[in-house]
Amino acid sequence: MSDTPTKETAPKLTQAAIVRAKAPKTAFKPADVSPSRRQRSYSIRLWSVRNARFLEGFYKRFAGLFLTLHPFWNWIGYGRAERPVTFVERQVKGLMFDCRMCGQCVLSSTGMSCPMNCPKQLRNGPCGGVRANGNCEVEPDMPCVWVQAWAGSQRMRDNEAILKVQKPVDQSLRETSSWLRVTAQAAAEREASKEEAA
Amino acid sequence: MSIDRFLSDVERPLAPLPGHFSRGRLERVLRRGEFAVTTELNPPDSANPNDVYDRAAIFEGWVDGINAVDASGANCHMSSVGICALLTRMGYAPILQIACRDKNRIAIQGDILGAAAMGVANIMCLTGDGVQAGDQPGAKPVFDLDCMSLLNTARSMRDNGKFLSGRKLTTPPEVFLGAAINPFAPPYDFRPLRLKKKIEAGAQFVQSQYCFDVPMFAEYMKRVRDMGLHEQCFILCGVGPLASAKTARWIRSNVPGIHIPDAIISRLEGAQDQKKEGKQICIDIINEVKEIDGVHGVHVMAYRQEEYVAEIVAESGVLKGRKPWHRELAPDAERIIERHEAVDKPLTPQQIIDEVVH
Ligand code: SF4
Repeated sequence: MSDTPTKETAPKLTQAAIVRAKAPKTAFKPADVSPSRRQRSYSIRLWSVRNARFLEGFYKRFAGLFLTLHPFWNWIGYGRAERPVTFVERQVKGLMFDCRMCGQCVLSSTGMSCPMNCPKQLRNGPCGGVRANGNCEVEPDMPCVWVQAWAGSQRMRDNEAILKVQKPVDQSLRETSSWLRVTAQAAAEREASKEEAA
Repeated sequence: MSIDRFLSDVERPLAPLPGHFSRGRLERVLRRGEFAVTTELNPPDSANPNDVYDRAAIFEGWVDGINAVDASGANCHMSSVGICALLTRMGYAPILQIACRDKNRIAIQGDILGAAAMGVANIMCLTGDGVQAGDQPGAKPVFDLDCMSLLNTARSMRDNGKFLSGRKLTTPPEVFLGAAINPFAPPYDFRPLRLKKKIEAGAQFVQSQYCFDVPMFAEYMKRVRDMGLHEQCFILCGVGPLASAKTARWIRSNVPGIHIPDAIISRLEGAQDQKKEGKQICIDIINEVKEIDGVHGVHVMAYRQEEYVAEIVAESGVLKGRKPWHRELAPDAERIIERHEAVDKPLTPQQIIDEVVH
């Protein structure tokens, strides 16, 4: 028996490996692993950015729907709804945006490009290392999340939202549903304004 | 007798001035409307303070601020806080760089207080390179804050006297806040808006990435002026000498975010002495950018060619005869030294009697 890899045991060619093989000798070739690397094709994520305007409208209606369901959430209890809703949210947003469940969604301010996919998890715009071809400094085969975000935001109705300075991520909200949080907040605000009016 | 003992109060911060946020010299130079020059200290891989002093001494009298880099390129070196502590002891005006890569918000806020207590008057808030770029790619990237939220945090510590949590500080840090800009990376349209965002977050001065493409920088500055940003923040253009065409090529393909046009590389290649030509290109670029409206200074980065900084500054004439701070003896120190020398030469009793009698 020899140690030469057979077809089965040969390491799977990752996307990064293909890119590196094609790149000229002098090109920058980082290590193949970074903690945030996932072997995904970016096509659905990029589709979402291309259709940012449509998704923006869709999201708005969806948030409205969730808010009208407020009595229902209240009835079963937000705490109890958390688990199933988080599950659904993770699946849907995971597919559409490669969502990382930070629990404080800013997609509407980032042109529908999830900033948590940036290896530096920047929430306020691109770092200075973006490659001339618009790819990421850390992961050369990934389109820079923020170049995408800028393009997406310019397709949206509210194209100024990207200029707002975002607060640092609250790590204690990780893995919770931002849909429910936003809904609960909106409901509370609505009630407060009602009380004021009364 | 060492000269250092007679320096006039180098460690003391300057008296507070109205309209100034810090008590350092860099802010004063900029607010006076003078063309500022800053540079970068190559951090030593040693625990010897003299390595820092020696590296800083060659800039003396030529620059208004020295950046203490925070593991730039994700390579491990002496910490920026440590370097700043040493520099302030000698009276230099360090600019503390804080990168978000290695520290979380708890450590960063502590560092801001510690640095300010040691007399650091300028803080530069950076995102930092990814860990993959450095000598320890297996490290955990932190990136708890980003440059924008870091600026915001530092500003609220200074202006509101509060930590991010809202807890009160007894003495807030008096610091002049800076950030970095890179007009030479995509998305180009967004870059000026990003500067606006940084100013909103608290940036009072910015240093740019290496500028080798002046028309591109001029274009950026035009948009900056259109938005009036050059009046809200001091803009220093980053420049530096390239050692050879080969290094230029290497930088271009290995260091993300640095844009070097072909024209520069062919000019280097055509030269007999590439190193000299690299310096000349740098001087030429300085002379071009200093004429651009809204540029308040230059940031000279001469990595491993630090000895050129003084020459570049002198030959480009950006200081217009101004002499930035350098160490001076206290007014009567010279006389004190003379006396000490006299005392050091002990006289024999016979000589003393001789002197008294005659
Ligand atoms: S290049 Fe883009 S995606 Fe990559 S680290 Fe910088 S901002 Fe994030």
